[in-house]
Amino acid sequence: MKTDGDLIQVRELVKYFPVLAGVLKRKVADIKAVDGVSFDIRNGETLGLVGESGCGKTTVGRCILRLYDITSGQILFEKTGITNLKGEQLRRMRRDMQLIFQDPYASLDPRMTAGDIICEPLLVHNMVKGKEYRAKVAELMKMVELEPRMEDRCPHEFSGGQRQRIGIARALATRPKFIVCDEPVSALDVSIQSQIISLLMRLRQELALTYLFIAHDLSVVRHISDRVAVMYLGKIMEITDSDELYAHPLHPYTRALLSAVPIPDPKIDRERKRILLSGDVPSPLLPPPGCRFHTRCWMAKDICKESLPELRNVGSSHWVACHLV
Amino acid sequence: MGDRLLEVRNLKTYFYIKEGELRAVDELSYTVNKGQFVSLVGESACGKSVSALSIMRLIPYPPGVIVGGEIIFDDKDLLSLSEEEMRSIRGNRIAMIFQEPMTSLNPVLTVGRQISEALEIHRGMSNQDAMQEAAKLLKLVGIPDAERRVGEYPYQFSGGMQQRIMIAMAISCRPALLIADEPTTSVDVTVQAQLMELINNLRQEFGTSVILITHNLGLVARYADHVNVMYAGRLVESGSLDVIYSEPSHPYTMGLIASVPRLDLERAQSLHVIPGLPPDLTRLPKNICAFAARCKFALGECIKARPELEQVGDNHLVACFRHSEMKALAEVEK
Repeated sequence: MKTDGDLIQVRELVKYFPVLAGVLKRKVADIKAVDGVSFDIRNGETLGLVGESGCGKTTVGRCILRLYDITSGQILFEKTGITNLKGEQLRRMRRDMQLIFQDPYASLDPRMTAGDIICEPLLVHNMVKGKEYRAKVAELMKMVELEPRMEDRCPHEFSGGQRQRIGIARALATRPKFIVCDEPVSALDVSIQSQIISLLMRLRQELALTYLFIAHDLSVVRHISDRVAVMYLGKIMEITDSDELYAHPLHPYTRALLSAVPIPDPKIDRERKRILLSGDVPSPLLPPPGCRFHTRCWMAKDICKESLPELRNVGSSHWVACHLV
Repeated sequence: MGDRLLEVRNLKTYFYIKEGELRAVDELSYTVNKGQFVSLVGESACGKSVSALSIMRLIPYPPGVIVGGEIIFDDKDLLSLSEEEMRSIRGNRIAMIFQEPMTSLNPVLTVGRQISEALEIHRGMSNQDAMQEAAKLLKLVGIPDAERRVGEYPYQFSGGMQQRIMIAMAISCRPALLIADEPTTSVDVTVQAQLMELINNLRQEFGTSVILITHNLGLVARYADHVNVMYAGRLVESGSLDVIYSEPSHPYTMGLIASVPRLDLERAQSLHVIPGLPPDLTRLPKNICAFAARCKFALGECIKARPELEQVGDNHLVACFRHSEMKALAEVEK
C-alpha cells in the first residue's frame, strides 16, 4: 500500500475484551472484537467501514481515537505512533481527532445548553478566551446551519436532526483533521438523513477533513466514501475504491451484503439476483476457525474451514481475503 | 385480491396534551384487500404507528382519543365493539409485530409460554397442546432446535431471533391481518432480508393481508402491492407500487424517493434534500397544505387552503394542488 499522504495508518490492530468471571474476576475468555486489521486513510479521503452489528467496526474507530487501549498492533497518525502516547501529548493529539456519535439523543448532556455543549471541547483544551466564547459558538452553529440564537436551548428542545448538528459542531470545535463518524445518520429519518449527509460532505470539502465513516447502511456509505472496507467478525474481508466495490464485489460476504439492500425502484429490484444468508453472525468469543465467514458462506470449500485467508491485492488497490477469489 | 378485508374510513385519532390538541391521525381513509401487502410510509411522528394502534384499539387514553371515523373489519366496525369483543379479535384475527422485540417480549416468561398464551385464549387449547404448537411455530419461523428452545427466555436469543419469535406469536392464530410496525429497524441488512422473506412467505402460505409500516422505501419497493404515503397525520398519496415509484405525483413522495442514495445508479455528486423539519402538529394551521413550508413547488394557494385527496388515475390518489404539473416540474428539476 502507498504511504504517501496517509493521515492514519493502522497495522495489525488487535483489540480483545476480557471476559471476567467468578469471585476473583479471573479472565476466562476473550471477546475478539478486532483481530488483526490493517488499513490506511489518506489525507482528505473518506474511508467507509461497513459490517453487521458486532463485527468490530465501532471498536476500530474507538481504538484509533485512543478511547480504548489496544491489545497489540500499531496506529500511526501523521506518521507518528500514537499507541503509547500519554498525558499532555495524548491530550494535544486529541484536538486533531474527534468523534460524531450515533445516537443524538444519548450523546448530548440534557442539562447543558447547546452553546455550552458545542464549546466544551474548546474549554477543555484551553482554546478559547472569555470574550471570544460567544462569537465562537455563533460561528460553529452557523457552520452546521443552526441559528445562533438557539444557543441557550437545551437538547430536548431540538429535533433529532438538529441534535446531530450540535454533535457535529462539537466535533468541529477544536478544528480537527480527522473525524470518526460512528453511524451518524442511522437514527434519523430519511429526509433528515440526506440533510446530514450533505452537511458532512460540504464540511469535509470546506475544512479539508478526513473521515472514517462507520455505518451498516451500504447505500449511504457508498454515497459518502472514497474507499470502503468491509468487516466481518473482527477481520477485514475486502477493501477497495467505493465505485469498484459496488461494481465488482469479490468477497462472497460483500456480495451477500449488497444483494440484501433493497433498491427503491420495484422494476429494477425485481430483476436483481438475491443472496439470502442463513443464520446470525457467530459469537466473537469463539470465532470459527479458518475463514471467519465459512459458516454462512454458500461457496465454502474444505480449505475455508482450515486456513485463514490473508488479505491480498488482486489488482488496482483492490484487496480481498478469500481463498476462492 | 379484490375482496375487502379492512376499510379505514375518515379515522381521526387526536391526543390532548398540555400544548393543545394534537391531530396525530386526521381524516385517514384506506383499504386493505384479502391477501394484499399494503405499506404505510412516512417519517417519524407522521401518524403511521398511531393509525395502526387505532386499528388494534390500543391508543392510550388519556391522552389519546379516537374522535371519529370507522374501521370496518370483517363487516364490523371495530370502533363500536365492546372491549370484550375487541379482545377476541386482537391477537386472533388481527395481530401486530412491534418495532423492538427486546422491549415487546416479556423477559421473565419463556418464549414458549408467550406464544402458547394466545393459543390457549383464542383456540381453547390445553397447555400441553399449545406448547407443542408453539414449538411447531418456532420451527416454522426458522428457529433451529425448536423443541428445546421453546423453554428458553428471550435474552437467550439474538435480536433477529427475537423478532422471529414475535412473528411466531403474531401468526399463532393464523390472523387475517398482520400489522408489522417497522419490524426490521433494529436489525442488520442481512437479517432484515431474512425476516422480510419470512413475512412474505407466510403471507403467501396463509393468504394473510399485511400492513407494513416503515420509512424504508427499499423494503416497500421489494414487497408491497400498494403504497400509502402519510405526512403530518394525513394521507398525501396512495397508489399501486409501480405507480408510486414511476409516477409519484406528490412532491413529498418524490422527495422521499430521491433522498435515498441508490446502489444501482452512478454515484450522484449531491443528494436530493428535503429542506426543513416536519411541522409541529399542535401548531399546524388547519387550512393549509402541511407540506407547503418544505415544498419547493409551493404557491400562494398552498397556504390558503388544504388540498383534498383527488383521484388522478386508476387506483391513484394524491393531495396536491399542483399534481398535474408535477411530472413536468420534476423534469425541469433534473
